[in-house]
Amino acid sequence: MRNLFKIAFRNLLRYKRRTLLTASLVTLGIVFVLLFVSITGSFKSMMIGQMTDSMLGHLQVHRKGYLASIDNLPLNLNLKMQAYKKLEGILNQQLEIEAISPRIKFGGMFSTFVETTNIRLNGVYPDRELKTVPLLPSRVTNARGTSLEKGEIWIPELMSKSMKVNVGDTVVIIATNKDGSVNGKQFKVAGVLESITGPGGRDGYIHIDDAMEVLRMEEMEVSEIAIRLKDFGRLQGFSDKLEGILSGELNKQGKPMFEVHTWEKLSPFYNIARMIDIMAFFIKLMLIAIVLISIMNVMIMAVYERIREIGTIAAIGTLPGKILSLFVLEGLSLGVLGVVAGNILGFIIITILNFSKMTFSFGRQTGLILSAQVAPMDMVVISLIVIVISVIASLQPALKASRMEPIKALRHV
Amino acid sequence: MGLVVAENITKIYSVVATKVSKDYQAGEIAIRALNEVSFEIEPASFVSFVGPSGSGKTTLLNLIGCLDKPTEGKLEVAGTDVLHLDRKQSAAFRGNNLGFIFQDFNLLPVLTVFENIEYPLLMVQNIPGGERKKRIMTLLEAVGMIEQKDKFPDQISGGQKQRVAIARALVTNPKLVLADEPTANLDHKTAFMVLESMKKMRNEFQTTFIFSTHDQKIVGEAEIVYSLEDGELVGKQVKGGEKNA
Ligand SMILES: Nc1ncnc2c1ncn2[C@@H]1O[C@H](COP(=O)(O)OP(=O)(O)O)[C@@H](O)[C@H]1O
Ligand SMILES: [Mg+2]
Repeated sequence: MRNLFKIAFRNLLRYKRRTLLTASLVTLGIVFVLLFVSITGSFKSMMIGQMTDSMLGHLQVHRKGYLASIDNLPLNLNLKMQAYKKLEGILNQQLEIEAISPRIKFGGMFSTFVETTNIRLNGVYPDRELKTVPLLPSRVTNARGTSLEKGEIWIPELMSKSMKVNVGDTVVIIATNKDGSVNGKQFKVAGVLESITGPGGRDGYIHIDDAMEVLRMEEMEVSEIAIRLKDFGRLQGFSDKLEGILSGELNKQGKPMFEVHTWEKLSPFYNIARMIDIMAFFIKLMLIAIVLISIMNVMIMAVYERIREIGTIAAIGTLPGKILSLFVLEGLSLGVLGVVAGNILGFIIITILNFSKMTFSFGRQTGLILSAQVAPMDMVVISLIVIVISVIASLQPALKASRMEPIKALRHV
Repeated sequence: MGLVVAENITKIYSVVATKVSKDYQAGEIAIRALNEVSFEIEPASFVSFVGPSGSGKTTLLNLIGCLDKPTEGKLEVAGTDVLHLDRKQSAAFRGNNLGFIFQDFNLLPVLTVFENIEYPLLMVQNIPGGERKKRIMTLLEAVGMIEQKDKFPDQISGGQKQRVAIARALVTNPKLVLADEPTANLDHKTAFMVLESMKKMRNEFQTTFIFSTHDQKIVGEAEIVYSLEDGELVGKQVKGGEKNA
């Protein structure tokens, strides 16, 4: 085996320029794939983090049918006290859960006494909300702290700018409850929320008790419970498990009471994330094509140029299998050469990128620092793919070499 | 008398050819390259097949070398009926029993002189390191190439290349070495030196050498000379006397 490698390697060195060109092509391909995968990968996980950790939570539970009409924030589809308590009891038993936050969501009018517009409000327990979406405070600017007391409101940046409302100002929230009666309450602006892409651009936050008061709720009802898990990686598994548990909870009509949705169903960013995955797949496919074609091309030439040598070694008794391995090893070595160089170069470039702290914007957020991370798993998978493809690419030329008739090959000029 | 009979029975010939014919298919028509050729070659002999170009020398050497199969006739090489060997068996048979010397030397350009001679021991037979080195050094010494052992083929002359090829052919201790026009690409002086090397090897290792040539001047080096004409064996000359087949 060592000798086969030695011969294969020396044959590669024989056409230095050609070997170098082909190996560089493989190297470049790997570098590009690594760059793409790691940059988009970090972009993706950062964005997912923003979505889940500053707004949505990892998953949410609603009353069955709520999500279908979530745009209207229907108050008549809230979870009633009894259902809410039952759900909370179940959730409190799940060890995978880090924190939960019940929310009352409703639409209302927002008035500065001069101008009026519509607003979407989240009534929350501030402490529980911050445990469930820990990045929320990072979006609050102009606050005197990150706490939200009763009688205070966090308003979206959008309104702060267009209606010239600032921290400390007094505003009025007016809402219609589900019985149709209108009520209003004064709030003091305690913070301005930086916006985030997708729904949420018009979301304000108030204390859940204030929400109950505005809506004249005698008994607490909640629109949703947002959940944060200890391990985001277990999201799908836990979601399935919770769905299983909750599907047993039926209402008086014998229909399921709850519905469970992960962030993926709750945010349009999920589609962008999917697009990124699909693009990464196609880029990998292109890498495969590059490796396959360039190595096969070189190996076909190598076999053609060495027909008489093949005739010689076949005549003196080298078995077909050995001749096959000789050429497969040559293609493999070429691939490995490209893989090693590509991984090293890719790693260096990514490290430099991280070191130079490149920033990018997402939606209206600017100055996000790009921290591309090469997952070792990505490197291993991409390397393995390239190595396997190099073997496949050299197989056909190698088979041809091993099947040559020695006398014909020896006669070849 | 009885002793001679006994000797004949136990003797294993290097080659026994009985009415061997070979046809080539050239489109519609078949060309008879060899026509019912019969001969025996004894071990440790130094034999040459002579004839003009196209007389069938290469065809015959390819048959003896198990690189091709006769169309008709019987052929035994080193005591083995080689007619029924399949592809893989032929390759193994060649690797274990035969040595080849080519007109164009056919050394592997990426290997040094030493590694070229080592090749069949590593890739064809599986000879362990110590034994390998001993055999290679013995042969390098015998063909006078010790000094050049680390050079690559493109750094040595044609005559030197052919001497390396002789060493490569002999390193596996073959029963038979086949050389198709081994001196055709060499000048006369070098050609004679190469033939001297081959003969010296025969004397040292008792290996049968069969070579072909169209060059009348070097035929004299052979001890037995078979003449071929248009695929027929037309004469056998033994050094010291002449007799017709
Ligand atoms: N592969 C082949 N196909 C067809 N005819 C061939 C082939 N090889 C040799 N011949 C023919 O067989 C005859 C003998 O050729 P060859 O054995 O090469 O002679 P030599 O080696 O004595 O020059 C020639 O007429 C040649 O044209
Ligand atoms: Mg010939």
